[in-house]
Amino acid sequence: MRTDITKINEHSPHQELTEGLMVFAGGTSKLFKTGEWRTATPVFYEDKCKQCLLCAPVCPDSSIPVKDGKRMGFDYEHCKGCGICARACPFGAIGMKEGIV
Amino acid sequence: MKNGIEIRWHGRGGQGAKTAALLLADVAFKTGKNVQGFPEYGPERMGAPITAYNRISDGKIRVHSNIYTPDYVVVVDETLLSSVDVTAGLKRNGAVIINTPKSRGEIADKLNGYKGRVYTVDARKISEEALGKNFPNSPMLAAIVAVSGVMDRDTFIGEMRSSYGHKFAKKPEVIDGNMKALEMAYDVVWEAMEEDKMSLSA
Amino acid sequence: MAVKERMSGNEAVSYAIRQINPDVMPAFPITPSTEIPQMVSTYIANGEMDTEFIPVESEHSSMSAAIGAEAAGARSLTATSSAGLALMWEELLLAASNRLPLVLALVNRTLSGPININCDHSDSMGARDTGWIQIYAENNQEAYDNFIQAYPIAENESVHLPVMVCQDGFITSHAVENIELLEDEAVKKFVGEYNPEEYLLNPGKPVSAGPYSVSSYAMEAKKNQEIALENSKAAILETAKRFKKISGREYGLFEEYRTKDADYIMLIMGSAAGTAKQAVDEMRAHGFKAGVLKLRVFRPFPAEEIAKALSSCRAVAIMDRCESYNGNGGPLGSEVTSALFRNKVMVETVNYIYGLAGRDFTVEETKAVFNELEDMAVNGKKPEQYQYIGLRK
Repeated sequence: MRTDITKINEHSPHQELTEGLMVFAGGTSKLFKTGEWRTATPVFYEDKCKQCLLCAPVCPDSSIPVKDGKRMGFDYEHCKGCGICARACPFGAIGMKEGIV
Repeated sequence: MKNGIEIRWHGRGGQGAKTAALLLADVAFKTGKNVQGFPEYGPERMGAPITAYNRISDGKIRVHSNIYTPDYVVVVDETLLSSVDVTAGLKRNGAVIINTPKSRGEIADKLNGYKGRVYTVDARKISEEALGKNFPNSPMLAAIVAVSGVMDRDTFIGEMRSSYGHKFAKKPEVIDGNMKALEMAYDVVWEAMEEDKMSLSA
Repeated sequence: MAVKERMSGNEAVSYAIRQINPDVMPAFPITPSTEIPQMVSTYIANGEMDTEFIPVESEHSSMSAAIGAEAAGARSLTATSSAGLALMWEELLLAASNRLPLVLALVNRTLSGPININCDHSDSMGARDTGWIQIYAENNQEAYDNFIQAYPIAENESVHLPVMVCQDGFITSHAVENIELLEDEAVKKFVGEYNPEEYLLNPGKPVSAGPYSVSSYAMEAKKNQEIALENSKAAILETAKRFKKISGREYGLFEEYRTKDADYIMLIMGSAAGTAKQAVDEMRAHGFKAGVLKLRVFRPFPAEEIAKALSSCRAVAIMDRCESYNGNGGPLGSEVTSALFRNKVMVETVNYIYGLAGRDFTVEETKAVFNELEDMAVNGKKPEQYQYIGLRK
């Protein structure tokens, strides 16, 4: 029953779909690139950032990766441009720009 | 239904008419019969009139309807006689058994002209004497076994003793009282039946 | 070795549940099915089985919990009646579309109103298009046997659908009758261990169940579910064949009682089938060729098989213990006549509604139905095509 779900798409005949549309993999939302939905883009001003890490947990799309206690640059493949991080930043280290940057 | 008999019980919610019907099914099953015991529920309240039924047969029982032309009727509460037509459809060669301190003669005119046999059992008195409490269903169970003849006295008493022994394993003190109530009621009815036979042959 | 016993329909189903010993049972009480969770809890408390019993706050929750447990990989079940089934509605469809082989012990009771606690089939008939397999019982024996066959059908790899095991409220659920029970070991061996291929609590093999589906997938998923329901017919028959080997008792999609040479056939489901058989025997003793087709499996609906079985009689009485308020008859009336039409079997039919909300149905009423069929076929007297039995007029 376990099938390679990456081979299933909107053109697959019904026989090729999984039973009950079960998804046989973990973390599959990574494969779904929501970055193209963006109409505004956050920009990271690294010089103003104090690494307080208030921004990362408020991101609804987990698009601010954190490594060794420090935030990295934005994951633009998944960021939908909601702007919550820019509001949360007390130091003006995140700005919003119109359109996909 | 091969060699089948049909019994209708009338009682009030909480008096144990349904339990008595199930006990009768139980004890008849143990003697190798095919049985059916089921209640008919009206309003689910203590004191509301309820009906329960038995079919007992040597052959397979398939019918799942109520019983309209019973061979026997058991009335667990005398006060039902004024509101329920207990002998409706009762076979002429059948019998009705009523829990009452009254004699057969006294009760006969309350039975809508039923011409068949009538038996009375003072189940309350028997139960209070044997058990110290008013549980009329045990004496009425013994009475219907005696009248219907579904099994003989020894078989009935033996089966009931083992059944109560199982049911009241943790309260053995009530077994003897229940057994006494069964025997007293059985014998009261048996005597009345003997009287009938004597008057027939006389 | 069969064990001869006497018990009620509810006791019989509870006994089967104890023998199967499923993993999880969430349940909420409602008359007349209350005794089933009550008796199962007693078995658990006495250490006779180790099913995880979950007391929940509603039937919406009991079906949700059963679905969750089944998706997690546990063999699950619940029991209910009437309004309890109605409150599960949304979840019933999810259990089927998520292809979860759980089992529901349904004790048929009417749906309000008028408020009433007694038997008819309006609860399960209302749920007839939820994707569940539905199997009906004539008596306590069949309720027991059907329950034992339910998991092997549901869990069959070409099926993976939930099964509703139905019996008539009070009429069989609360009636003590003779029964032949199977030994515990025989039941356990027959049902087997539940080893699902895919389930949520399976380390290293991640899976998501019941995802949102966009339009470009949902229709294909529904077709696949429909195919599974069609497949279940073979699974039901195969399971019955296997069951006969351990019990000696024969089951099919329906039972044909003295229908082979019958001029008039009554098509009926549930406890009233026994009453109808009695009438058939009594009428046959007087030379009247009557028969009964007792439908056991209502979902999947064996349309072609029924049409074939009815093809050589003169008239059929289609008996519905449910008013479906479509202005044209009951659910069986609609489905059986459509089966006959599609298979070009043009026999006369009359659709009777009987036994609503616990109204009794008798041997005498069965005979009257057969006589009416004869009057139609022989004398050309057309009865009402859709009528109530025992209605005061």
